[in-house]
Amino acid sequence: MRVHEEGSVVDVALQSGAIEAYDVAARAKALSRLRAIDIVFRVLTRLAALTVLILLGGVIISLIDGSLPALRAFGFNFLIEERWNPVTEKFGAIAPIYGTLVTSFIAMLIAVPVGLLIAVFLTELCPMWLRRPVGIAIELLAGIPSIIYGIWGLFVFAPFLQETLQPFLIATFGDIPVLSALFAGPPYGIGMLTAGLILAIMVLPFVTSISRDVFDAVPPVLKEAAYGVGCTTWEVVRYVVLPYTRVGVIGGVMLGLGRALGETMAVTFVIGNAHKVSSSLLAPGTTISATIANEFTEAVGDLYTSSLIALGLILFVITFIVLAIARYMLLRIERRIG
Amino acid sequence: MDRVYAARRRRNGIMMGLSLGATLLGLGWLVAILTVLLWEGFSGLSLAVFTEMTPPPGAAGGLLNPIIGSLILTGLAVLIGTPIGMLAGTYMAEYGRHDRLTSLVRFINDILLSAPSIVVGLFIYEVMVAPMGHFSGLAGAVALAVIVIPVVVRTTEDMLILVPNQLREAAAALGTPRAVVIALVCYRAAKAGMITGVLLATARISGETAPLLFTALNNQFWSTNLNAPMASLPTVIFQFALSPYKDWQMLAWTGALIITFTVLALSIVARTLTASRKQS
Repeated sequence: MRVHEEGSVVDVALQSGAIEAYDVAARAKALSRLRAIDIVFRVLTRLAALTVLILLGGVIISLIDGSLPALRAFGFNFLIEERWNPVTEKFGAIAPIYGTLVTSFIAMLIAVPVGLLIAVFLTELCPMWLRRPVGIAIELLAGIPSIIYGIWGLFVFAPFLQETLQPFLIATFGDIPVLSALFAGPPYGIGMLTAGLILAIMVLPFVTSISRDVFDAVPPVLKEAAYGVGCTTWEVVRYVVLPYTRVGVIGGVMLGLGRALGETMAVTFVIGNAHKVSSSLLAPGTTISATIANEFTEAVGDLYTSSLIALGLILFVITFIVLAIARYMLLRIERRIG
Repeated sequence: MDRVYAARRRRNGIMMGLSLGATLLGLGWLVAILTVLLWEGFSGLSLAVFTEMTPPPGAAGGLLNPIIGSLILTGLAVLIGTPIGMLAGTYMAEYGRHDRLTSLVRFINDILLSAPSIVVGLFIYEVMVAPMGHFSGLAGAVALAVIVIPVVVRTTEDMLILVPNQLREAAAALGTPRAVVIALVCYRAAKAGMITGVLLATARISGETAPLLFTALNNQFWSTNLNAPMASLPTVIFQFALSPYKDWQMLAWTGALIITFTVLALSIVARTLTASRKQS
């Protein structure tokens, strides 16, 4: 409201100038006050914008600073060693890195085709009146907090998999040479496969909503031309829509991948927290974020804490690269669609 | 020729069937999660949940202290994060729309927007908890604020860019200074969208667990002291759900129900705000 009064000061100054003697001093005073406010506001907003950069810088510096003791003690071996022993204070990160990559890979393997198919349904098949409700429902999946996925995964999904999918996988692939290694061991319910499937549900809405948005941006005349020469809906999608939006779809997939890599709570509930590299997808494992969430508050000793922060640094570097690629891709499609 | 047509039509049918199936699968998952949540959550819902403290194992109790804790942490985080986010978004859309700083900030902000929240927790642990020597509610609120900022920056910038330039020019032609134009014209025109951004940010942080685990920690007892560990719904759900006690697990489900419906209500309100804006 104060600003509003300042604004009317000039009006008053101008009006009084038309009637009486022109009060130059008062007008100059009002104007310089306004100029000062303008400068202060401008500087404030600029500082706030710089804060965003400082935040990222702070994250990077604090993670590097915190992980120095561990990196000094273990060097490059930290990245390739499997041992994780708080008692003897010997730490290596390969098991959590492996778990993070495997669970994210399973998630993308399922979420990308399903997400793209939902986007196709929403843009090509779905009747107009149903598009908005279905789109919102799918996006609500992204709104559910990750801890809810965790508790649902632990109490409902894992027991369900233990009784149905996992025995089926073991029975089906048990005798086939390579696949039997992937599905070896007893069905625990929890494990890397379960974590990957839960991640798939969580990533799905990201892939769907970005694919839908870029599909919608395809110029109708391109699709109409294809329909005009007799293409089926699938052929239009396959040979017109997908090639045109490829960059954007890849950007959306990378964005989903960034989410999957860093997801913490849902995975922590169902991964089993076992520090070993296992070829079987049914075996319990761990991911970077789950290890940090499970062990950080209980970590005693500087080296233990520092090793966990070093894991955080690795996670941040991986997701930073993935997200940077995603943004670059999405920027390119935005420019094209314009 | 007929065979080619039939094959193409069949392939089209298969793919369209698959896309319908994928949609039903996605919706089915949503329904599966929500029904279990309603079923398990409602069976434990009672007045005691809102009036009693978290119990020791094997006793009856409620979720009063984590509910209050979550409200304090979320409220404080929004109070800290919103002004910074709005000012930064204002700079990007109004003062420096075409300068290098803006495109750099936009890029970095988009990365912060999807950065793993557990890393934010580690960052605040390093800069606040470790120097202070103890976990605190304040550290938890700051960690959540770091998550609020990118969301608000993004929506503020997007909404201000949508404000037609004629409005700014008309105000400027009256001799109005830039700051006054922004405060009285641009903010008013973009109000609904900016509120939506704050609501979405609130929804996002009210379910966040990872950044609270080693900043605000948890607290079995009633505490509103910002300088001490503070309970919050997500961390209590995490602790209780992984415990072997039936009472605790039941309270975890009830807490999960409360959080989910708060978050879904917030995002639906946010959506209707922007939807009505588009139509008008």
